[in-house]
Amino acid sequence: MAGKMLLAGFGGQGILFAGKMFTYAGMLEGKNVTNIPEYGPEMRGGTCNCSVIIDENPIGSPLVLEPDILIAMNLPSLARFENAVAPGGKIFIDNTLIDRETTREDVDAYYIPATRLAAEAGIPKLANVILVGKVIRESGICSMEIMDKVLEKVVPPSRQALIAPNKKALEIGYNFE
Amino acid sequence: MADKVLVKGNEALGEAAIKAGCRFFFGYPITPQTELSEYLAKRFPKVGGTFLQAESEVAAINMVLGAASAGARVMTSSSSPGISLKSEGISYIAGSDLPAVIVNIQRGGPGLGGIQPSQADYFQATKGGGHGDYRLIVLAPNSVQEIVSLTFDAFDLADLYRMPVMILGDGMLGQMMEPVEFPEHSDRVLPEKTWATDTTQGKRKKNIVNSLYIKPDVLEKIVLDRYARYAEVEAKEARAETYLTDDADIIITAYGATSRISRNAVDALRASGIKAGLLRPITLWPFPKAEYQRLAKTAKAFLTVEMSMGQMIEDVKLSIDCSRPVHFCGRTGGMIPTPGEIEAKAREIAASL
Repeated sequence: MAGKMLLAGFGGQGILFAGKMFTYAGMLEGKNVTNIPEYGPEMRGGTCNCSVIIDENPIGSPLVLEPDILIAMNLPSLARFENAVAPGGKIFIDNTLIDRETTREDVDAYYIPATRLAAEAGIPKLANVILVGKVIRESGICSMEIMDKVLEKVVPPSRQALIAPNKKALEIGYNFE
Repeated sequence: MADKVLVKGNEALGEAAIKAGCRFFFGYPITPQTELSEYLAKRFPKVGGTFLQAESEVAAINMVLGAASAGARVMTSSSSPGISLKSEGISYIAGSDLPAVIVNIQRGGPGLGGIQPSQADYFQATKGGGHGDYRLIVLAPNSVQEIVSLTFDAFDLADLYRMPVMILGDGMLGQMMEPVEFPEHSDRVLPEKTWATDTTQGKRKKNIVNSLYIKPDVLEKIVLDRYARYAEVEAKEARAETYLTDDADIIITAYGATSRISRNAVDALRASGIKAGLLRPITLWPFPKAEYQRLAKTAKAFLTVEMSMGQMIEDVKLSIDCSRPVHFCGRTGGMIPTPGEIEAKAREIAASL
């Protein structure tokens, strides 16, 4: 499965981490992948986004201008990118933090209270990974099975204790109805 | 080869430099190349290398001159305004026939400019930058894997031809992540550095590294000798890659980041029946003139795509002796052209053919 994704939110929400998870998943499933953050002078709390492309074919530009999948973790990100989503694309919205729905009617929208679910599960920093689980479920962009190997790659060896909570977050997102 | 790892272009360049045997780095931080310095600051102590953050770019490039004189594999990196500061030193390194690798991860200019990706240092990289008759070999990767292979090439070519080599990237390539494999070493056989100012061990006369020649006839001879070497580089080292060019009416030509965006445009044009192809120079000096001349025989027009106001376009025109129209599509200041903009320009050209 190929796809162009845009992940966006505040710095500190784990946008880049979530982007890295999808990138590794694509790579480990034998696809071509690119990942590029928008970089600027922002510090923590500023806006943050990254483009991820997973494709069977060689990838030209790594910049995603018309995403098939948009993950929005704050209102400014939804406002900035919702109109760029390809018709028939999917928008994933953390509706703990975003108090409106998308204005698009030609896309599939998914509303997940990821920040609240994370807090309730005692993993308050993993709202991003809950969203990753939901995206995998709804888009099939990568398999859930590959995520064990992905976590080995993205979680540094010194922080192996974080693998279990990340798996829990993936499950919560994947099973959220 | 080990397993593939996912890394940023800047970090990949740092690791490739280590694998290529570089053990000296002198630099000064600047966006968007900072991850490269940061990576080496972290890794060099573990491999017995010397990482030094200098007090300025000018100091850093002169430290490069010193280390290169002693025969070390040495590198410095910066971004556009920092490269301007280093340009005097680069001229001295060229004038002293020293091998060194200089990385420019370009950002918008002129002046302090901006921090977003740019290709507006093409003139500076390929036509001089510093003073005097000299050349740099200029390598222009367009993927993270190619950043790795060209970093190996940069060190080898510098040693082989005793001249500075520049790796010319941009903020997009520096910041993007792709899976890469690192070769463990290069297979090239390189000449011994008999000219280096390392210890004589009492066995030979001392070597001198110098770029000052007061007598004009002596200096002219030295420059002519150097240009004989440059001619050899031009004959042997020019490289380019083509994509769907065999039957192309329109040759889109771009290097680095814009070549990737142009590839999307070529695919879109082909899908709608317009015969477009892509010619991507990998070496900007020497410029792969022969490829342009070959394609000028079959193509009807060229379209140069750059993140600048149009700099490489001059080499395209010179290479084909203006035998075909050469059009331009570009953005500058850190703006990145979209595949759609390139496609629209190519459609305009196709309609006029």
